[in-house]
Amino acid sequence: MKLYKMSVLSLVLVSVALGNGCQRGSEPGNRTLHYFTWSDYVSPELLTEFERQHGVRVVIDTFSSNEELLAKLQSGATGYDVTVPSDFMVSIMITQGLLAELDAKAIPNVALLEEHLQRLAFDPEHRYAVPYLWGTVGIGYDSAAVTPPPDSWAVLWDPRYTGKISMLNDQREVFGAVLRSMGKSMNVTDPETIEAAKQKLIAQKPLVKTYASEHYDQLLASGDVILAHGWGGPVARAMRERPSIKYVVPKEGGTIWADCLVVLKSSQKKELAMQFINFLLDTRVAAQTSERLLFAASNREAQRMVSRQVRENPAVYPPADLVPRLEWMTDVGKAMRVYDRAWTELKIH
Amino acid sequence: MNQLSRSAESLGDMGNPVSSHRMTYWLLTPGVLWSVVFLFIPLMVVGVISFATRGTYGGVIWQFSLENYRDVWHVVYARIFGQSLVLASLTTIICLVLGFPLAYYIVRLSPRWQAVWLMLIMIPFWTNFLVRTYAWIFILRTEGLLNTLLLGLGVITTPLDLLYTDKAVLIGLVYGYLPFMVLPLYATLERLDPAFVEAARDLYANQWSVFRRVIVPLTKPGIIAGCLLVFIPSLGAFLTPDLLGGARNMMVGNLIQHEYLVARDWPLGSAISLILLIIVMAAVVAYFFVESIRSRQELDP
Amino acid sequence: MKHREAWLRSVAIFNLAFLYLPILVLLVFSFNASRLAATWQGFSWHWYGQLIENGALHAATGNSLLVAVVSTALAMVLGIPAAMGLERLARRSQHILGGMLLLPLVIPEVMMGVSLLLLFVMADMPLGLTTVILGHTVFNLPVVIVIVRAKLRKLDSCLEEAAADLGASPWRIFRLVTFPLLRPAILGAVLMAFTVSLDDFIVTFFVAGPGATTLPLKVYSMIKSGVSPEINALSALMVLLSMNLVGFSLLLQRR
Repeated sequence: MKLYKMSVLSLVLVSVALGNGCQRGSEPGNRTLHYFTWSDYVSPELLTEFERQHGVRVVIDTFSSNEELLAKLQSGATGYDVTVPSDFMVSIMITQGLLAELDAKAIPNVALLEEHLQRLAFDPEHRYAVPYLWGTVGIGYDSAAVTPPPDSWAVLWDPRYTGKISMLNDQREVFGAVLRSMGKSMNVTDPETIEAAKQKLIAQKPLVKTYASEHYDQLLASGDVILAHGWGGPVARAMRERPSIKYVVPKEGGTIWADCLVVLKSSQKKELAMQFINFLLDTRVAAQTSERLLFAASNREAQRMVSRQVRENPAVYPPADLVPRLEWMTDVGKAMRVYDRAWTELKIH
Repeated sequence: MNQLSRSAESLGDMGNPVSSHRMTYWLLTPGVLWSVVFLFIPLMVVGVISFATRGTYGGVIWQFSLENYRDVWHVVYARIFGQSLVLASLTTIICLVLGFPLAYYIVRLSPRWQAVWLMLIMIPFWTNFLVRTYAWIFILRTEGLLNTLLLGLGVITTPLDLLYTDKAVLIGLVYGYLPFMVLPLYATLERLDPAFVEAARDLYANQWSVFRRVIVPLTKPGIIAGCLLVFIPSLGAFLTPDLLGGARNMMVGNLIQHEYLVARDWPLGSAISLILLIIVMAAVVAYFFVESIRSRQELDP
Repeated sequence: MKHREAWLRSVAIFNLAFLYLPILVLLVFSFNASRLAATWQGFSWHWYGQLIENGALHAATGNSLLVAVVSTALAMVLGIPAAMGLERLARRSQHILGGMLLLPLVIPEVMMGVSLLLLFVMADMPLGLTTVILGHTVFNLPVVIVIVRAKLRKLDSCLEEAAADLGASPWRIFRLVTFPLLRPAILGAVLMAFTVSLDDFIVTFFVAGPGATTLPLKVYSMIKSGVSPEINALSALMVLLSMNLVGFSLLLQRR
């Protein structure tokens, strides 16, 4: 018994020591950069270079939807320095006064942005946000199981694939898909259209296996689903595991998105944050990121540096002829509340 | 015994009952204060916010409104309470069906083995809930253990579609709360006088009649206690439907999380929370009521 | 008669298997060389190796341990006196105040998480490790009270009275009489509260801030990213740890 008590005591002491050691590293204000990013964007290896260069630690927390990001920030999680909202969320965050103004001199790599990513509607002068990764949203499907090859959003409503469909767990994207399938813009604000869209989604729900924003690549690769509504990158990942998987942006059109690096106004390390942003936008780093995460880099030089396989994969780098068909998501203002409600009602149906 | 010792204590305390009270006061204050600040005040905040309104992008606008409660009674939201009640009830019934024979078996073992079995049953419960729920993801997915086994044995030809259905949630809930059913059942069955069962068997030939007409009525308080102990936490479950439900089989707990951390409608989320709390507290009160009947029953059988 | 015995025994064993098999499955497959398949592809320590190299996991474990230690300590400081105070009350007051203090045990965890979140937002308190510790103390407090109180009830207060008669001050009585008698229960409470804190997910989920990721939170995000034997390995370790801690706690409480 005595031996046991001693081991308990030592466990406690060790844990305190361990905890203290780790705590010292992750306290805000102590040369630690807090990076709040999409779970698909995590690659610690890419960051070790920055950590070594600047003698800091980068601590990563993740989220899986823009609404989740906003909710976390609204709940008082003020210790984050850099985060990565999508286009329309940048507008909202600017309106809500959550973002710090960027110092152009601290981020020279902004000059290397892709043509179509310069002067974006929500922040044309890059005062608050700089595009980081961009791409499309479409449907990943197993070509061996889905015949004929799908070209319309309607395939996600096809009862032949009941229980084998996954949709993104993302309010705006799911509504975007159904609105496009109805021939409407994905930025409508009138409640009647949104309600009709909601009804169509409710009709689809029995066919949907799950709403997943994070592991649908695995679901595709393992055959749990054969049609997955998703961002291009994870589908590209699934392609590696199961070659019969293909990606398509339906003919009715879809989203073109750009996730942007921003510095939070509450950050205590804005300078370091901007150095970090500049680091991520560096050509070589961007190319490595693109290669590893399978998302299109915003740096136009980086696109030339990635391997041919990645560059020519339409799930990663959208072909130029696709772009006119695509629509940017915008802030819908007051209608956001209608979408929030409709999404909740779909989920609990 | 307690009364006696307390009066003796106060006498031994130089005959000064006041200092004894003061001592009790000092002992209790820190804990009670903590509870008030970090439990009761937050609950009151939830209550207050349930009457406020949501801002355009989220947050709270301090404008009194009953709209949230009106919305909860709106068919859609009330539906989720219904779904959760159904799932919780099913969980309770299955736990009862599985747990009763188990408790009955344990009661008839030697005291040492009883202690062993009881401990064996409780230990999984105290291990990490997250991890135990993940185990079911691993088992139930299309390429998971269950399907691989059944396909390999030739029992089925296409994989079972279990994960992300309400069946998976049900399995997870039963798995999580089964121990809660067994313990109260065991406690009641232990106090059951075997003479009753013997007498009944002498009078009725049928096993089933013995069970139905003697054992069940005598153990009813234990049954109800066990049912409540399973029902109450299953109703407020969050992790099980979150991990096993595929974001499409929501229970009240998930809805509350959704309102706070996704839809950002804190007032509505608070209203839903309060209603859940009221339902849960009603069940808890029912539990204590039944327990007091049970303990009184033991004093004069 | 024999039929019934056999039937009961098989149901009992089925139940036990039902309870333990998932844990065993996790354990066994954490050694599976293959990444995805549920078929055995060979024995390997690979996934445990991955765990050791995972830096984010280290940080999360450190956070979990720190939170567990501090919140358990706080719960002990608040809870032991509270348990003693409760025992001294008249029956009625015991029920009311006891109910109040033990409330976190019955409230749905989601509610606790949500209400604490609102409190911190209203008080303008930034989310972080501190808020997690505060939250953990809230549910650890009843755990300590229940365990200590159970032991207190069994104690014969004659010893304390004798000490009081001999003129000992309340603190001396506690230190020399009550505490030694309570020691097993206190140790049991420490282990239980520590385990509960290590395993907590929901409350932590709501009140954690930047850099406050605990082990359960990390496991949750790993699970959301998909199935992986690394999670199996981590799960196996966590389960073994919990089982040991709780097993010892229960043993201690029986003394």
